Amino acid sequence: MQLFNCPFCGPRDETEFHFGGEAGNLRPDGDVPAERWADYLYMRHNPKGPVREVWVHGNCGEFFVMERDSVSHTVSGSTTLGGEHA
Amino acid sequence: MTSRYSAFSLFKEGLAGQKGWVPAWRSPEPKGSYDAIIIGGGGHGLATAYYLARTHGITNVAVLEKGWIGGGNTGRNTTVVRSNYYYPESVALYGLAHKLYEGLSKELNYNVMLSQRGMVTLCHSMNELEIAARTVNAMQINGTDAELYTPEDVRRVAPIYNFEPDARFPVFGGVWQGRAGTARHDAVAWGYARGASRLGVDIIQNCEVTDFIVEGGRCRGVQTTRGTMRAERIGMAVAGHSSVLSAKAGFRLPINSYALQACVSEPVKPILDTVVLSPGPGVYVSQSDKGEMVIGGALDRIPSYGQRGNLPTLEGVIAGLLEMFPAFGQLKLMRQWAGIVDVVPDSSPIIGESPLPGLFLNCGWGTGGFKAIPAGGTLLAHLLATGRHHDISRPFDLDRFVTGRLLDEAAGSGIAH
Repeated sequence: MQLFNCPFCGPRDETEFHFGGEAGNLRPDGDVPAERWADYLYMRHNPKGPVREVWVHGNCGEFFVMERDSVSHTVSGSTTLGGEHA
Repeated sequence: MTSRYSAFSLFKEGLAGQKGWVPAWRSPEPKGSYDAIIIGGGGHGLATAYYLARTHGITNVAVLEKGWIGGGNTGRNTTVVRSNYYYPESVALYGLAHKLYEGLSKELNYNVMLSQRGMVTLCHSMNELEIAARTVNAMQINGTDAELYTPEDVRRVAPIYNFEPDARFPVFGGVWQGRAGTARHDAVAWGYARGASRLGVDIIQNCEVTDFIVEGGRCRGVQTTRGTMRAERIGMAVAGHSSVLSAKAGFRLPINSYALQACVSEPVKPILDTVVLSPGPGVYVSQSDKGEMVIGGALDRIPSYGQRGNLPTLEGVIAGLLEMFPAFGQLKLMRQWAGIVDVVPDSSPIIGESPLPGLFLNCGWGTGGFKAIPAGGTLLAHLLATGRHHDISRPFDLDRFVTGRLLDEAAGSGIAH
């Protein structure tokens, strides 16, 4: 069982967390072509190695950014959700 | 020199001290150029090479595999073959695969040990039974075999299931597909490899693609750990690593990679002669010819390229299995592993030309790639040979994510991969 760090609640069991998507995937503004919408809704970098992702801690309901490695599963950082997933 | 398998050749080699067998496939040095290159030596890649040579007469073909053939998801799945899907487009696709599987041992002269023992997908409530009736109707209308099972029918095919009144997952009925079953996964890879190699295809193992050669806006070859190879048409069948290669080619895919776990118990005497799937705990199980219980479940909940799997999912799968079959509580697990699967938002595969012309995709099968190998190979071979879609692959093009014409089988058939 792995522990993830919630920036609000501290280290908690991995089963309390849900993957929310890649950080920095921003909803397009205004009247944009279908390709741009498809890009936002579906296309992913899905990197092998270091990743920056938005996660939600189900217990406190807060979204945050987790930095981890998608091969080793090592977590290197958890930060509160800044503007534009900074 | 004995290369064709038959009762006679086995007898002849028995008398000759088994000295005349030749390797099932050649391991040639890579050439500088081919008519077509296929990246990925799993079932889909090897089947593509086989059908390119067999159906389209294109034999100057290389299959590039970064490890050993069939060592990825082809060697890690739970060997189930079925075609219980909802939408007509999916039925055409998986139906083609199922039909080809039924003739595969003869086609390849290689015993893939297809065992059509039937599969039952259980219903644990009246609501699930109503949806099951809809699924069965849809499958029958689309020309696939399916039957709606009563609890008595389920008891007949899986008598060791937990039918106690206080069972956590009580049986209200089920969807039966009699033509479903299991096949020997390694044999599918090896059979296609042998068939392709005999038709002239070069199977090159320990050869990782490190970059694409792009000239004039087209993909014209690959850089690999074993040198540069050029081809006008390149196919890619690399499952969970599709995003890694597409990043090198300069585009993104609608894929998240997840670990999918499976495990097997110690071998025991025959006790379960069908495939049983319970959507309650999301667990399915069959008994291998060796006697092991082959157990699979849902995806891990964390995007991953680690071929190990996480403990919470495994615990959930085992807990569910023991609710279904309390007798299995005495079994010991022998092995546990994971494969990296390519999960697409609408749970349907992606087949078609990529945004980089000359590079063609066969990916997005998620947790259900093994059963589709003969169709994935047929359709990617058609694309590589003709440059155009087969009627069956057209709906599965990448363009559906822009047009919005998705084929959501997680909603249609409840098969969330």
